[in-house]
Amino acid sequence: MLAAGDPWVKWSWVADHRDVIWNATRQHVELTVIAIVIGLLIALPLSVLSFRARRFYGPVLGVTGILYTIPSLALFAFLIPWTGLSRTTAEIGLVGYTLLILVRNIVTGLDGVPEDAKEAARGMGFTPTRQLLRVELPLAVPAILAGVRIATVTTIGLVTVTALIGQGGLGALILDGLYRDFRTPEVVGAALSVGLAVLADVSLIVVERVVTPWAVRR
Amino acid sequence: MEFLGRVVEWLTTASHWSGSGGIVHRVVEHLELSGASVATAALVAMPIGLVFGHIRRGGVVAVNVANVGRAIPSFALLVLAQNVFGIGFRPAYVALVALAVPPIVTNTFIGVRDVDVDVREAARGMGMSGSQVLWRVELPLALPLVIAGLRTAAVNVVATATLAALIAGGGLGRFIVDGLAQRDSPQAFSGALLVALLAVAIEVTLGAVQRRARVRSATVARVQGEEELADALKA
Repeated sequence: MLAAGDPWVKWSWVADHRDVIWNATRQHVELTVIAIVIGLLIALPLSVLSFRARRFYGPVLGVTGILYTIPSLALFAFLIPWTGLSRTTAEIGLVGYTLLILVRNIVTGLDGVPEDAKEAARGMGFTPTRQLLRVELPLAVPAILAGVRIATVTTIGLVTVTALIGQGGLGALILDGLYRDFRTPEVVGAALSVGLAVLADVSLIVVERVVTPWAVRR
Repeated sequence: MEFLGRVVEWLTTASHWSGSGGIVHRVVEHLELSGASVATAALVAMPIGLVFGHIRRGGVVAVNVANVGRAIPSFALLVLAQNVFGIGFRPAYVALVALAVPPIVTNTFIGVRDVDVDVREAARGMGMSGSQVLWRVELPLALPLVIAGLRTAAVNVVATATLAALIAGGGLGRFIVDGLAQRDSPQAFSGALLVALLAVAIEVTLGAVQRRARVRSATVARVQGEEELADALKA
């Protein structure tokens, strides 16, 4: 237990450990970005497949849904015998959690493309592939980005758990505080993780506005 | 393959199943902690969602509560709760309740708010009071979404209860945390298997409950006019 009067944040510790805090934050961002990029690279083809051939959608949702349901610590424990206490283990787990969110949003976005737009594309003689790349995917961008936002915020939270398998990030600060009964790193790690999530959320809203200037704003 | 043999060996060792550190006791601990947390969260969250959904106010707040809830890492929540409440059951319980409240509030709110205006008016036309409309029409119609919220909360709580082992709580996370600490991979893997099965079982069960509620709710939602509504409510 902690001594009474122990402050929530000891600012002198923060000042002395700026480099530690900065490195943890950078690692946190790296782990998140890698997971989202690989997640998108896997989710896009799965979504297009599910969109074009509907019979695959159920199984894709089923498998990614089960992945999403497995507790993160358990998923890491499954992987450790094969990939060790490594970044690979962390990323496989993190990517696994993004898939359900991304696939669901991308397919919903593709489903929402207006019939008029598709007909116009066919009328112009577009091949199905060209129609997908030039019409359907661009029109689905808002829904895709909505999925990326949810996946990113969720992943930033989950990355804290990867500290338990030795992967640094802001979770390492929290874990350090836990082991030493010292509040400051716990509070700093938690606050920066929430801060990153909010920053990512707001940034992605801005990205969406910039890349879809044609979308109607409320 | 040799590794999986060791996992099977760990799981089939009788002494790993009995006693205060055995699998049976850990499963009970895990379910007690998760059940108590979700039940408490439901008691707190459902009235809020029902009332605000009924008066159709607070939509922005409800959505933001869900987003903020997602941004707070459950691991950090547990560790901070330990700072306030010490180690063991209590901090884990408090953190898990906090984790479970947002999805239940949001889903209950949206479910009630989005009940069709015609159905509401038919209920009013039958002479129902505000609270009768809420209990006999809006809540049954919102039930699939309410259950969806409970399902999201329950699966999340069962998963996060695994991390309670880090703050000296019990539950199935003990096997994973101890297994990792002792470099006993078969133990960690077995614990992971048990907790994953538990989470998937809860997800599938509540998914089935949700589908049944949806069928019932759909029959009421389709009604037009007071007479049909009266018939549907009797069914």
